This record gives sequence, structure tokens and C-alpha cells, in this order.
Amino acid sequence: MKRRNFLVAAGAAFVAGCNKVAESDAGSKLLGAAEKWHQGAHRLLTNREALAPEYPKSAISPYFRGNGSTDPQNGDYPAQAASGFADWRLEVRGLVENPMSLSLDNIRKLPQRTQVTRHDCVEGWSAIGEWTGPQLSLLLDAAKLKPEARFIVFRCADNLNGQDYYESIDLIDAYHPQTIVAHLLNGEPLPIKNGAPLRMRIERQLGYKHAKYLTAIEAVASLEEIGKGQGGYWEDRSGYQWYAGI
Amino acid sequence: MKRHALSTRIWHWLNLVCLVVLFMSGLTISNAHRRLYWGDWGFAPGQAWLAVPRFPDWMTIPGYYSLAVARDWHILMAWPFALLLCFMWIAMLVNRHFKRDLMTTRKEWAPRAIWNDIVQHLKLNFDHEGGKFNFLQKLAYGLVLGVFLPMMVFTGIAISPGMEPTFGWMVDLLGGRQSARSLHFIFAFALFGFFVVHVLLVILAGPFGQIRDMITGGKSHEA
Repeated sequence: MKRRNFLVAAGAAFVAGCNKVAESDAGSKLLGAAEKWHQGAHRLLTNREALAPEYPKSAISPYFRGNGSTDPQNGDYPAQAASGFADWRLEVRGLVENPMSLSLDNIRKLPQRTQVTRHDCVEGWSAIGEWTGPQLSLLLDAAKLKPEARFIVFRCADNLNGQDYYESIDLIDAYHPQTIVAHLLNGEPLPIKNGAPLRMRIERQLGYKHAKYLTAIEAVASLEEIGKGQGGYWEDRSGYQWYAGI
Repeated sequence: MKRHALSTRIWHWLNLVCLVVLFMSGLTISNAHRRLYWGDWGFAPGQAWLAVPRFPDWMTIPGYYSLAVARDWHILMAWPFALLLCFMWIAMLVNRHFKRDLMTTRKEWAPRAIWNDIVQHLKLNFDHEGGKFNFLQKLAYGLVLGVFLPMMVFTGIAISPGMEPTFGWMVDLLGGRQSARSLHFIFAFALFGFFVVHVLLVILAGPFGQIRDMITGGKSHEA
């Protein structure tokens, strides 16, 4: 028992030291910088167009787990869901020459990409599903990005713990061939738990980047003025890494 | 000549700091999803090969549940850990520590020689003539430096989705992302097992002299 007490005390002292480092200015800067080093290394080692693995249909998981918001009850989402999302609009706005507002029908009529990919949650689990939808690059080209646009922000219908979900990526991931606005999962319209009627697929990053219940795609020059400025719901709320390729 | 080269001593202590932070923050990350799977995917209890217990706060970094903060620590310390391991391997090959002290000879793999080594260990007789390390030490240090530590780096790279477009072959080689995650966990605990035995043997062999020599370098018996 004594030895265990010693271990607990030693562990606690070490953890307290780590917390001190993390809370100090230099320490938190260092912790934030490491994320950028990984992003830099990934970008250095990986072609900007390089694809995440795609699987045969036989590899698809028996069902696709939903996480985070799985049944939004805020705003008019429940009414939209009841009407089969007949009036759903997706706006493309912000730093673009031609702002657009698209219906689900508009989106279904665009050229489609279908990909069987693996979804990795930050918690550690993975699921494989087949996603279908137009490439984001198609929408951005149609709307014509202004030269000062640096990031693409995804606005979502779900409100989680009192805050609207949102996410953001840089233009490299925005123009990546596998970055699609998905409306089908395994050939069926998206289930509500997986983001009906539209969700993003950002295949080279973790699940929280793949914004669900998508209402708008916004081109911006900086993320500072959006939400609490960290680039996404989980980034703002809990300090999750904006670059989620690791 | 010193008993431990300067490069060995620097690596030993810095690596210890890296491993402790990586292991303790890794326990928090494990707490985020306490199941392990084989293959490419897995997310539900029926698919798991192991249900992992929840690690209490006193053994995790940070000392409360925060996956985001634990990932910050893990992601930070991965850098010095991997770079130091490269440094140690280069140093070991250049100063011939590997060839002289760690590489086993065919003679040592004879069952009788191994048995004799085990018996000597159980008798707590740590004097060994000839080389610096006996067979079991060579085997343990060789496994740690040659397999366990590098596998932590490889499996870590394999579970990073941003690395996969380039290192997909590594993920395939390890049997899929969830297999790589399971192996990351298994090798982490293999290292923890080594740590426990290593510390125990240091205590049995006289901790004062052992730790002093790992700091100052000590004196080689051969000198």
C-alpha cells in the first residue's frame, strides 16, 4: 500500500508539473507549435493531391457509427427532417464572386464522386463507408473564390451544448479530389445520425473535421472572427487540434 | 574508457522523459475509446478483441480527462522521441556500441547457454565475464532499441490519417489502421513491462552505482 501511495504521489507530482508547463505561455505555445510541425511534415512528405486509401465495397462496415450530434433538435431541423429535407438549401458565400444557394436537387445533378473510405474518429475507432457527392472544388470554382480567400468554413445546422457546429479547412484540403459534399452513404440518402442531408468528407483528417448537417460553405481570409477563433466547434470548445491529420 | 558513452547517457535520460509523457498521455487517449480491434475498422463492442480498463486520473496526463490536451502532449513528445531514437541508432553504429555490446553471437543462442544465463539471473548473480552485457541483457536491450521503440514510431505514423496517402504500405503491412492502433498499444505496454523489469534489476544490482554511472559515465571494467 505504501509503494502504491508513493507511485500515486510521484505520478501526481509529475502530472502537476506537466500541467504547469501546459498552462505557462511558452508551454502552451510549444504544444500548439507541435501541431504545425506535424502539418508541415505531412505536407512535405505527401503530395497535395495524394489520395486517402479507397476500399472495395466488400470492406464496408455493417453499419456506420454516428458521433457528436446524432439527432439535432434545434431550429427548424426537426421540421426539415420530417419533410425529407425538401426545402434544404446549401449556400456558397463569403469571399466569392458568385454567391450561390443550391437545393439538394441542384447538388444531385452535379458530376458526382463515389468513394469507399475509412472514417477515423479522434477517439480512436474507425468505420468504412461509401460516400457520394460532388467535389467541393466544383462548387468553389463555380462560385469563383476571390484571391484573398484562405480558408473554407463549413456552417452546420446542429447546435451542440449551446453552440453552432462549424469547421474549417485550408485550400489544399478544400481542393483535394476526395473532399466531397456527400449526400449518399452506401447508396442511400444520409441517415440523420451521419449528417443528413449533407456532410463534408475531408478524407485525410479525423472525423470532427467532416462537418455534418451542412448549411453553408463560406470562403474567408482568416478564422479569427469566426466562433472563438480556433477554426471549429471542438477546437473552440476543448482545444482540439485544428489540423487533424494526426 | 567510460562504462556508458555520453551519447548513450543523454539519450537514456531524455528518452525516459519522452516515454513517460507519451505513455501517460497515451493512457488518456486510450480512455477516449477503451476497445481495441484488428483489421481496418472497428467501433462496437462485438468487434473488439480487447476491452481496455479505464486508467485512473493519477496515472494520466493531464491529471483529468481531456483528450485534446493529452493529444497536445502526445503530438509534441512524438518529435523528440523519434528524433532521439534516430540519434541513438546513428551513435550506436558509429561508436560501435551496437556491434561491441548489443549484437549477440551464434554461440549465445545455444539453449544451454541461454538456460545458464537464466539460472544466473535467478541467482541474482550479475557478474559476467567477457562482454559488457550477458545474453538476456543483449536480448532485452536489442528488442527495445530494435523492435519496441521503432514500432512505436511506425505504428504511430500508421494511425495518422494525414500520413496514410504516403505511408499506406505501412498501414497495410501492419494489417490495417485498427491493427496498427492495437500494436501501438501492445508495444507501449511491452515497453512498460521492460521499464518495470529494468528498474527492478537496477535496484537489485545496486541502484546507487547504476544510476551514478548512467549520469557520469562511470568506469569501464575493462579499462
